[in-house]
Amino acid sequence: MSFVFYLIAALTLAGGLAAVLLRNTVHCALALTVAFAGLALLFLGLDAQFAGFAQILIYIGAVAILVVFAILLTRSSETAQEGVFSKSWFAGLVIAAGVFAVLGWAVLAGARALPLVAAAPTVTVQDIGNALVGRYVLPLEIVALLLTAATIGAVIVALHEKERTR
Amino acid sequence: MVVASPLAAYLLVAALLFAIGLAGALTRRNAILVLIGIELMLNAANLNFIAFWRYGPHPEALTGMMFAIFSIAVAAAEAAVGLGLVIQIYRHTRTTDLDQMNRMKG
Repeated sequence: MSFVFYLIAALTLAGGLAAVLLRNTVHCALALTVAFAGLALLFLGLDAQFAGFAQILIYIGAVAILVVFAILLTRSSETAQEGVFSKSWFAGLVIAAGVFAVLGWAVLAGARALPLVAAAPTVTVQDIGNALVGRYVLPLEIVALLLTAATIGAVIVALHEKERTR
Repeated sequence: MVVASPLAAYLLVAALLFAIGLAGALTRRNAILVLIGIELMLNAANLNFIAFWRYGPHPEALTGMMFAIFSIAVAAAEAAVGLGLVIQIYRHTRTTDLDQMNRMKG
């Protein structure tokens, strides 16, 4: 593997670790943006230009901004006095380590069967567009419906509640 | 440790990112940080899809690429609804601490 891959992978994992470990919530959101950018670079390294740029547009442009909005609206940027980790943090850590052990063992045990080299696929954005309105047109419509429903649902859920008699 | 196959290296990075996201989702108190952990896990899955598409036998069929694109769209919808829920819960209870959210009644 090339030096560039290790550099981008280290950047992504460092961003992910910082997003999970930092005390200040706003810093966590910024570290999350770094992790998303690293993932977009990994996608570009895998010759998936469309997915890489979609990752930049959707995750860095929309999801990260949404997270920052939610942090500021809920005043979570003030660090809690009783600590940022849950009471059952040790059990969570053990579960995560166990999951990583199983996944890593599965990858390393099957590493011999994986291909060493593969020709770079010559897939253009035009091919992706043709596939989206051809073979994958039904999933595309369902995703359109889902996004509409999610937009309306998010607005209704977060809408300011009227005073009710309790 | 040197991994011979580039696909295995990508899969290991994705597994590590998934474990980091899972650890974040399971150990943090703040509900928004739990959503951040879930986003990291979804992204690790996307990296797996793209890596298998790139090194798979039929990249021109675009299967893994399409799955990753649809997964990105679903993750965006999930983030919008999830953060809307967190904001609404904050209005009710004045907290985003998950250890204090222990009743269903509003």
